[in-house]
Amino acid sequence: MSKTITIDGKVIPFEDGQTIMDAAMAAGVYIPHLCHQPEFTPHGSCKLCTVKVNGRNCSACTYPAMDGQEVLNETQELIDDRKRITQMLFVEGNHLCPGCEKTGNCQLQAVAYHLNMLDNHFPAFYPEREVDASHPEVMIDHNRCIFCTLCVRASHEKDGKDVFAISGRGIHKHLIVNAESGLLKDTDMAATDHAAHICPTGAILIKRTGYQVPIGERIYDHKEIDQVSLATEHLKHGE
Amino acid sequence: MYEHLETAENRDSLKRVVVDPVSRVEGHGKVTLLLDADNKVQQARLHIVEFRGFERFIQGRPYWELPVLVQRLCGICPVSHHLAAAKAIDQLVGIDPENLPVSADKLRRLLHFGQVLQSHALHFFHLSSPDLLFGFESDISKRSIVAVLSEYPEIGVQGVKLRKYGQEVIRMVSGKRIHGTGAIAGGMNKSLTKAERDYLLEDIDQMITWAEGSVALIKKVHCSNLPYYDDFATIRTNYLGLTKPDGALELYHGGIRAKNEHGETIMDHIDYCKYNDYIHEEVRSWTYMKFPYLLSLGQEQGWYRVGPLARVNNCDYIDTPLAEAARVEFKAHSGEAMVHSTLAFHWTRLIEVLHCAESIKQLLNDPDIMGSDLVAQGEKRYEGVGVIEAPRGTLFHHYQVDENDIVTKANLIVSTTSNNMAMNESVRQVAAEYLSGRELTEPLLNNLEVAIRAYDPCLSCATHAVGKMPLQLELVDAEGNLIDKLVKHSDGQIERNNA
Ligand code: SF4
Ligand code: FES
Repeated sequence: MSKTITIDGKVIPFEDGQTIMDAAMAAGVYIPHLCHQPEFTPHGSCKLCTVKVNGRNCSACTYPAMDGQEVLNETQELIDDRKRITQMLFVEGNHLCPGCEKTGNCQLQAVAYHLNMLDNHFPAFYPEREVDASHPEVMIDHNRCIFCTLCVRASHEKDGKDVFAISGRGIHKHLIVNAESGLLKDTDMAATDHAAHICPTGAILIKRTGYQVPIGERIYDHKEIDQVSLATEHLKHGE
Repeated sequence: MYEHLETAENRDSLKRVVVDPVSRVEGHGKVTLLLDADNKVQQARLHIVEFRGFERFIQGRPYWELPVLVQRLCGICPVSHHLAAAKAIDQLVGIDPENLPVSADKLRRLLHFGQVLQSHALHFFHLSSPDLLFGFESDISKRSIVAVLSEYPEIGVQGVKLRKYGQEVIRMVSGKRIHGTGAIAGGMNKSLTKAERDYLLEDIDQMITWAEGSVALIKKVHCSNLPYYDDFATIRTNYLGLTKPDGALELYHGGIRAKNEHGETIMDHIDYCKYNDYIHEEVRSWTYMKFPYLLSLGQEQGWYRVGPLARVNNCDYIDTPLAEAARVEFKAHSGEAMVHSTLAFHWTRLIEVLHCAESIKQLLNDPDIMGSDLVAQGEKRYEGVGVIEAPRGTLFHHYQVDENDIVTKANLIVSTTSNNMAMNESVRQVAAEYLSGRELTEPLLNNLEVAIRAYDPCLSCATHAVGKMPLQLELVDAEGNLIDKLVKHSDGQIERNNA
């Protein structure tokens, strides 16, 4: 008899070692997330995957599934919280979707649509952040970084390099690269690295490829993020 | 369809007008009339605040963003900015116009014809036609689209549908009705499918017929009161624009041609990448907007007009038969080498609508627009210039990038800037004719609106319905004292503010 949890009343089996996120995804239940990707160690920083477990808020991507848990996911309260969190992500950086080449392929934007976020709600910070275009193939636009650390983990875990790190705390938090000059060109980053393709927003980009995919053929043109996420990620969770 | 007439939308903006006097003034076009010692209008100044900070907005961004970023500079003809920037960044990847893949070139032309068609149709049918059809002095209540729709029902509906058709062309090529993508460095990101092509072909004959009808109508209106239409706000100027190598009308790509008021050539087939050698921009203390002029003629004589009137005046012929016939009739009506009537902008705008519709049909029947060879690439360069004939006239985009592909320098000359001097002159003309004494009047205000509108400037004040252009008019005497002030709000209300 396998162990189960319930999510919004639905019975979902899991195996030992799986998180609530793993179990949910394997069963085809979408829990919004940004800093989580099944192939990397969970980080639990964006808090978008917040669910209620036996009455307490937990991050589904880090919280282990345990037999008999009652998990709430799609409640209005949680949806509203997630919307606020997403709005904060927007105002903390400079996320100007209309001019951004990631539009239509961006997870932050897609999550915002999914949560029916219609405005920023909070006043924008308009932080002064830089563009690092020094590398011949890869560009960092710090304006769009949400500090999800996916690039940090991808570089470390998959590429066997340590190109990226997060430095500073709170409002001073920023992405740094592993080079004395602070410039990407002086790291061992390559365009073929996993880390060059993992960013959920438009912060790490392959140069000179923007807008090549026409409108209508972009990832989220015809599908919502929950469909895309379940179709592309849930197998990996089941592994 | 009538977005700008939606009551809800208007109501909102009205509310804002009431609560925020600052935004109220900023949204208004502002004209200052300067009198000489004899109380004659010596100079008119059209104050324009919209074109600030372009360059700063773009600097520091990677060049491939430009065609999309610049669409946001101007809400009125985004596709023209998109294509001018694309032409400039083609050069940054080493592609000159003649090396652009044939399919990409034709798709861009199709996109551009769609844009000019929709922009011109909007301007004529939504903004200007009531004036032209009813006369400027007609009852203010008649001067609205609603009046056109009820008294000339077919024209209003046709205008709306022509515009919609242009938008559909844009949507098919660029993915969206506004702010699509489409053009990328060295080409296009997609071609048309057969289904998309067939969809557009369905209505094109109807569009051509309607465009023909609109040219016939404007000709009738113009010729019904020739002295008036030929003289109102009329100034004798130089004209500048692109033409094809054989001198034909050209909207997407060509050499620069300029002619003087007598139709004599000032320059021809100039490579626009060298525009800096021929055109300079004068700065004046009272406005952010610059005053471009032809270097060879100097600041005093060298200013020129751009846009449909300039293009139709400048070209030797139009390479689509119906528009060409319309051009010949147009030229013949004045008996002069060049037509200087400012209101003739409207007539030429509709000749171009016809040309666009005919050209769209030609392109739709050309299999190249469904081709798959869409992008070319060459050696990286550090500087690119893209010039296009936007609906309102010649549009220049000029960029420099560094070794990291980041824009370091940008210079844009938008069409309305090129017409800056001419608009000021036309305003002065009208003021000289309609100003009596030292008092501003409502008819003067209305006539100034008509003169400004003829140029179809890309100013937010000019997007309001006819009779509702928010306009602030000031009269200043020879000593520099403000002696009268009249403000028209976007609800058509007039407010006097005696100094
Ligand atoms: S650059 Fe992208 S992947 Fe890296 S931390 Fe920022 S948002 Fe995450
Ligand atoms: S996805 Fe769980 S905290 Fe970000």
